[in-house]
Amino acid sequence: MVVAVDVQSISKQFVLRHTRSIKEAFVWIVKGRKGDLSQKFHALDQVSLQVEQGESVALLGLNGSGKSTLLKHISGVMLPDSGAVRTRGRVAGLIEVGAGFHPDLSGRDNVYLNGAILGMTEDQINERFESILDFSEIGQFIDTEVKFYSSGMYLRLAFSVAIHTDPEIFLIDEILAVGDEPFQKKCLEKIKELGDAGKTLVVVSHDLDLVARVCSRGVLLEHGKVVMDGDVADVVARLRS
Amino acid sequence: MSSAELTTPGLGGGLRDVLRSRYLLRLLVAKELKVRYRGSVLGLLWSYVKPGVQFVVFWFALGIFLGMNRNTENYPIYLFSGIVLINYFNEALGNAARSIVGNGGLIKKIYLPRELFPVASVWVSAVHFVPQLLVLLVACFIGGWSPGPVQIAAAVAGFAIVTMLAVGLGLFFGAANVYFRDSENFVDMLLMIATWASPVLYSWTMVRDGLFDAFGTGRGEVLHTIYQTNPLTIAVELFHFAFWMPTTTMPRTDPLLAVPPNLLDVWTPIGLGIALVVILAGQLTFRRLEGRFAQEL
Repeated sequence: MVVAVDVQSISKQFVLRHTRSIKEAFVWIVKGRKGDLSQKFHALDQVSLQVEQGESVALLGLNGSGKSTLLKHISGVMLPDSGAVRTRGRVAGLIEVGAGFHPDLSGRDNVYLNGAILGMTEDQINERFESILDFSEIGQFIDTEVKFYSSGMYLRLAFSVAIHTDPEIFLIDEILAVGDEPFQKKCLEKIKELGDAGKTLVVVSHDLDLVARVCSRGVLLEHGKVVMDGDVADVVARLRS
Repeated sequence: MSSAELTTPGLGGGLRDVLRSRYLLRLLVAKELKVRYRGSVLGLLWSYVKPGVQFVVFWFALGIFLGMNRNTENYPIYLFSGIVLINYFNEALGNAARSIVGNGGLIKKIYLPRELFPVASVWVSAVHFVPQLLVLLVACFIGGWSPGPVQIAAAVAGFAIVTMLAVGLGLFFGAANVYFRDSENFVDMLLMIATWASPVLYSWTMVRDGLFDAFGTGRGEVLHTIYQTNPLTIAVELFHFAFWMPTTTMPRTDPLLAVPPNLLDVWTPIGLGIALVVILAGQLTFRRLEGRFAQEL
């Protein structure tokens, strides 16, 4: 099989900085660097992970275990302190849908803007626009400014754009709680469809039942370390116990 | 399936990536322009009103009260051709320096070439520069302006110097601002100095004579050379050469003294060179700092 995501023993330390101004840093230096200006903690500690093409992997763990940080490294938003991340093909994240939305623009403008942010070309967006609109069920409100949208409409449109970006690797972070139940089902089906179409999925979610339905493999993280890697049902069972 | 190679995500190609994502850049600029004047009655008209008022204030204070109208021919055109360029620089750099922190929400979540944001800010300012340029052109034509290719080339060179400076410094301060929010205040201070440290409101001969009087010929000459090396000074003088000088007449304005000697053959290449160095330095700094944007924002 072909490796789609190759994470080689990456580590990431976060600095919990207490100061944000040159003045405070200067005072600290003048005072002889007493005390710690910053505190560090390991968000990821020697994490290795290989995901093959077409695999669907769930990253599981409690809050603060490093799941989202790992996802951010795969997407390239963060760079590791040590180790290496490599990916094959285009990566797109359904990471916090709607991050690129601007409340003062119309739904249509936002589809184009967000589509381009997620890496689509103008032609691709034009071509998929109808499909995006259909999937979102926004209908006539597409030309309304999104600040007037209900939170459900907002998320539906954002999700619809993201799902139409058609990358090789999909990163999904806690966004399956989208809209009402029928729409959630539709999203799930779409995500499963992607998996069946041979797309690589990396999913972060606290909804264990849902994750078990979408993914086949589970990776359990604890304090920034991989503690278990196996069938998703086993990992979920371990997390629940 | 895709046969693409394994690549490291998050390592961009810098400003080259911006060229590659022109479409996104265009959308970001369009968004900025749409959002800027939302809910305002005058809308884009503000781009005319603000410099207009500024011009009137300076014209009264400097032209009439301080007598610049008497010793500078067509002082309104002289003043305005400098003001529009400095305004462009101020707006471009001020916004570019804030662009990374301002778009922090996006930068933290999705990977895209982050150079896009400072570049988009400068582009937006360039769009706002156009109406001011139109007003200037109208004034020039009334003053009997008939430009040749040299004048047009000088104007383009002046604009290019300011644009490159704004992008380079914008990259530098935009990245620094992520780590130290003092950066944007520093930029505001810099911009205040910029208006006075280039011959926008006064003429270059006043600088030379003033420095010679205060520091003697030898040291005055050195200081004047330093003043002249400021790329903004060069750009403003290029605009004077392009827009103001053709409207002046021989007996009142000595063409040899209207703009500094060797402006086109010596100072312009120097200005372009400095601007190029600034843009490279800005890009280098930006590349070094951007790796930790996501966690620092």
